[in-house]
Amino acid sequence: MKAIIAEDLYKSYNKGSVKALDGLNLDVEEGTVLGVLGPNGAGKTTTVRVLATLLTPDSGRATVAGIDVVKNPDEVRKIIGLSGQYAAVDETLTGWDNLIMFGRLYHLSTKQAKVRAIELLEQFSLTDSAKRPIRTYSGGMRRRLDLAASLIIKPKVLFLDEPTTGLDPRGRQDMWGVINELVKGGVTLLLTTQYLEEADQLADEIAVIDHGKVIARGTSDSLKKQVGGERLEIVVENQYIAAAKQIVAKISGSAINVDEGLRQISAPVTTGSKALIEAAKLLDEQGIHPLDIGLKRPSLDDVFLSLTGHLAEEKTEEDLATSGKKRSR
Amino acid sequence: MSAVMDAIVITKRQLLQLTRVPEVLLFSTIQPIMFVLLFRYVFGGSIDTGQPGGYVQLLMPGIFVQTVAFTLAGTAVGLAADMQKGLIDRFRSLPISRSAVVFGRTLGDGALNIVVLTAMGITGFIVGWRPSSGFFNIVLGFIFLLVFGFAMSWVGVIIGLSVREERVAQNATFIAVFPLTFLSNAFAPTTGMPKPLQYVAEWNPVSTMVAGCRELFGLTNEFGATAGSFPSENPLLMSLIYMVIIMAIFIPLSVRKYNKASK
Repeated sequence: MKAIIAEDLYKSYNKGSVKALDGLNLDVEEGTVLGVLGPNGAGKTTTVRVLATLLTPDSGRATVAGIDVVKNPDEVRKIIGLSGQYAAVDETLTGWDNLIMFGRLYHLSTKQAKVRAIELLEQFSLTDSAKRPIRTYSGGMRRRLDLAASLIIKPKVLFLDEPTTGLDPRGRQDMWGVINELVKGGVTLLLTTQYLEEADQLADEIAVIDHGKVIARGTSDSLKKQVGGERLEIVVENQYIAAAKQIVAKISGSAINVDEGLRQISAPVTTGSKALIEAAKLLDEQGIHPLDIGLKRPSLDDVFLSLTGHLAEEKTEEDLATSGKKRSR
Repeated sequence: MSAVMDAIVITKRQLLQLTRVPEVLLFSTIQPIMFVLLFRYVFGGSIDTGQPGGYVQLLMPGIFVQTVAFTLAGTAVGLAADMQKGLIDRFRSLPISRSAVVFGRTLGDGALNIVVLTAMGITGFIVGWRPSSGFFNIVLGFIFLLVFGFAMSWVGVIIGLSVREERVAQNATFIAVFPLTFLSNAFAPTTGMPKPLQYVAEWNPVSTMVAGCRELFGLTNEFGATAGSFPSENPLLMSLIYMVIIMAIFIPLSVRKYNKASK
């Protein structure tokens, strides 16, 4: 059963000159996490806004838990949670005030709202700061409270729009922990991010979007495979470079790359960890102790560059160079 | 029913804000009090009203109306801030009535006026304001003021949701309301103005409100311009018509705007 379906969504601004969504298609299986990955302006936030009933698409169709977001927004609002890029809570009020207010707006009784607020503050480690105004919270605390507010009714489908943008590494780690816990609880999650690492960490599947449409879709692994296979990489001291190269040649046999400066020998392999063990064994037999040895899979950065690079091939080389630069931000 | 409950939650939020940031209430009360004192003592001596009790009798209704007219600014600034911070987005993603947020806000801003008007009334009384029309008419006068503030608040909704930024809202509303309150009979006779401006002042809702309140507080409106024109003969009726028009236009427009609001 699909929890989210978006079909051929189009949305443009300024009389069509800016195409925020340009035929976007995606779907999310119930109980899974889809990471929507893309650079700024790719259409991530617009996608979330359409699915969360905040924005009406120019054309196309979208459903959340089988309910049409354009025809029946009120029903959709009863089963979704949304936590945006900006911590959308009332900063002058305390964390407690906010949770009670949102609880009441979800039509809980005062008593139910209080019970739920206590649970959520506990779950997000905010109990001690409950009576402080939000404006005194750190960025990470704010985001956690924002997330807590979107979970008041235990939504079936949760939308998180760039949940860690602007957080420091520690805050990001905390947030990832919190999100992982949520996912274990079985919620369907659509998460947008500019961070490849984040999609890798949190999502079951990734949809890469650019210029308002999905340009690639798959698991993190399958996307990485799409770009290229694994590489065996060995770093040794200078005097062993030649010997190590011979060993790598035995295992891989093709396209061996030697970087004298990094003292690194690398080559594509097809047998995965078997190749790694083999290489380690052969090195050990010759008494060579590598400084570093490992299998490197292409990062999602590589995936993104190669995917958008592919798109840009139709353009001139100059365009390609500049768009490459922009993307790598 | 749940629509009313939703709006009440939003209003409560606003009143709760006042307890968390008491400065807001403090300054929104001090400013009109300051106006009362300044006008009373700076102009009071030089404007001869011929009215028993002096300038302050005519001044108080003027300042009351000016103050409630500025409700528009509070609403606009508050909503623009909510918009800017993404709170409107969150509200719109909740299963609440489509008019709850704007109704809650305008009711809250309207309620704030009760506190402000009370503080001003007391200050006025201390410096010599003595309405002579009896309890019923005085209360009616204040109800009139509150409804006018509520109506103006709806104009503020449109401004706040359109400009989307707190500071812009602040400036925009000041520019809109300040001339409106001075191009009127609130502080001085309109007869001193150039002819065309006199007509503007005469039909200005602020003038009809002020004249109406003066009537309700037991005064003859001596700051009116041409006698015999409809607004100066029927200030209360005219004010009522203005309020109905403002609300009939701006309430549906505001609800629509809110539901299409996007950051």
